[in-house]
Amino acid sequence: MGHAPAPALPHAPSADEPPVLLGRPTDAELTDRLLAPLRSRARAWWLLVALAAGGTLLFIAMSVYTFVAGIGLWGNNIPVAWAYAITNFVWWIGIGHAGTFISAFLLLLQQRWRASVNRIAEAMTLFALVNAALFPVLHLGRPWFAYWLIPYPSTMGVWPQFRSALPWDFAAILTYFTVSLLFWYLGLVPDLATIRDRAHLGLTRRRIYGLFALGWRGSARHWQRYRIAYGLLAGLATPLVISVHSVVSMDFATTQLPGWHSTIFPPYFVAGALYSGFAMVLTLLIPLRRIYRLETVITERHLDSMGKLTLAMGWILIYSYAFEAFLAWYGGSGFERYTFLVARTRGPYAVLFWIMIACNGLTPQLLWSRRLRRSPIVLFLASLAIQAGMWLERFIIIVASLNRDFLPSSWRLYAPTWVDWGLLLGSLGLFLLLFLLFLRFVPFIPVSEVKHLRHELAREGLPS
Amino acid sequence: MSRDDPTRPVILAEFGSAEALIAAATRLRELGYRRLETYSPYPLDGAEAALSLPRPRLPWVVLAGGLLGAALGYAVQSYTNARDYPLNVGGRPLDSVPAWIPLTFEIGILAAAITAVLALLVPARLPRLWHPVFEVDGFESVTDDRFWLAVLAGDPRYDPERTRRELEALAPLRIARPEATT
Repeated sequence: MGHAPAPALPHAPSADEPPVLLGRPTDAELTDRLLAPLRSRARAWWLLVALAAGGTLLFIAMSVYTFVAGIGLWGNNIPVAWAYAITNFVWWIGIGHAGTFISAFLLLLQQRWRASVNRIAEAMTLFALVNAALFPVLHLGRPWFAYWLIPYPSTMGVWPQFRSALPWDFAAILTYFTVSLLFWYLGLVPDLATIRDRAHLGLTRRRIYGLFALGWRGSARHWQRYRIAYGLLAGLATPLVISVHSVVSMDFATTQLPGWHSTIFPPYFVAGALYSGFAMVLTLLIPLRRIYRLETVITERHLDSMGKLTLAMGWILIYSYAFEAFLAWYGGSGFERYTFLVARTRGPYAVLFWIMIACNGLTPQLLWSRRLRRSPIVLFLASLAIQAGMWLERFIIIVASLNRDFLPSSWRLYAPTWVDWGLLLGSLGLFLLLFLLFLRFVPFIPVSEVKHLRHELAREGLPS
Repeated sequence: MSRDDPTRPVILAEFGSAEALIAAATRLRELGYRRLETYSPYPLDGAEAALSLPRPRLPWVVLAGGLLGAALGYAVQSYTNARDYPLNVGGRPLDSVPAWIPLTFEIGILAAAITAVLALLVPARLPRLWHPVFEVDGFESVTDDRFWLAVLAGDPRYDPERTRRELEALAPLRIARPEATT
């Protein structure tokens, strides 16, 4: 819902750029079409919900089992103490970053194509963060003490240690979730008011949405404040895109472990986060566009732009991989050299390492081609490969670094147990369930913002 | 309560386009109306100028909120880790300023974001469940595709008959009054 103050920029469409909005729908048609999913009774939705609910139940069951029996159920050992839980945590939190990037950063850059995809991306951020936040808590071993991270005057007389990266992590995620939620909700308010005012949607629904619409009535004084506040929130959320994953990377970089102890980690993690997040946006957007027939509001232009962003991030990541290895070699530490040049490429997890390189390094090169970039099926498959690759990247960083540290006598292999797998698959189910509920109960294309975009395009006399 | 509400409209006119609304608002302002309001499904670039709205001080409030939050975040770390329960880690300074930076930043952003939302809602007198304008027949079109202009209570030029005539001259789709005032 970005209503960026828009000076009438001369923005001539070229043959390279397909339009951001197809056809000339009226405002009323847009309202009807964009709110239609709230009334749909698609069977496919129920089937997917059943699948996702199954995954969620699996997640709950595995969590309860872990709470009751302890994390000895997992494959974690010493030295591989982090393993799946932290891999999943970093993977999920990375996925969340693209949502904020698309909704906040592109708003500040006045990129019009963000209008119809930003809410989906923001919702993805929130749900990914929910998943991300669960894993460190589960990993605590005694998760009922998670609140010890909050500085409250306790009878124990001690405080959290703020020189440690872990309280930073806690605060970064808390801030990120809160700001993302506020941003998302603020964007929703005018659309909730639109639902409140549509008689054919039924009285109960109108009352509930009306409550959440906060009495919004679209007055000029409200819009004025709204635009300023929304722009400020975007400005505040943008540094969070950079800071949250930087803080996560410090969990690693502040240790002395070869493979972790590197100053390149913050930007490297941010690039990886955005990369996996763009891939997740594509994974969600492409089926959605097809199922709900949204080709006129999510056009080839959106796919094309997302493809380009993914390619650019892919190259930043490739550069990071290369530089990380170069630093290890150039730094001259035998342990660093061994980790990067021997253990990763030829060690026990080498197969996963090379799959990761193929997924993250080779897949995006397809996107150099305009034809492939605008092909939904190619983009969809590439996005799945990238996400798998990014999960493997975190696995390699964590497990392949921990399992061979300084002393060969303490080396030990890691293998996940079925509980580890259950938690990973279950968290995918939970994510899908939350996302499906979002599609069903929230207008997932910002109605008011698309109307605003249409109005601007019409005023500029562009072929809209 | 509704009698004292400065946002209570006394007469409204509905228009079919944003341009017609802006033109009408500009015209009424020229005629001497001072307490006007427009309602639209999306923000209109010309509306603030047509109504001569002052620019809100919201960004300054947000800056203050953010700085206050950052100061609080810093103070909590410094007090707990360097004063109330000092812990000497390898002889390093107790006030480990570089280590306090990430949390100071995060809490500052958090406070600024919460302030931004409050600074939007509180002066706008939101949330509220009911407003006199919701009693106007057909006003629900404002969140769909219509644009409404209102003369608010207490306008110096408002006169039931004259205002109606002047609004009719602007060729609106319809003219309405909130039931509570008739």
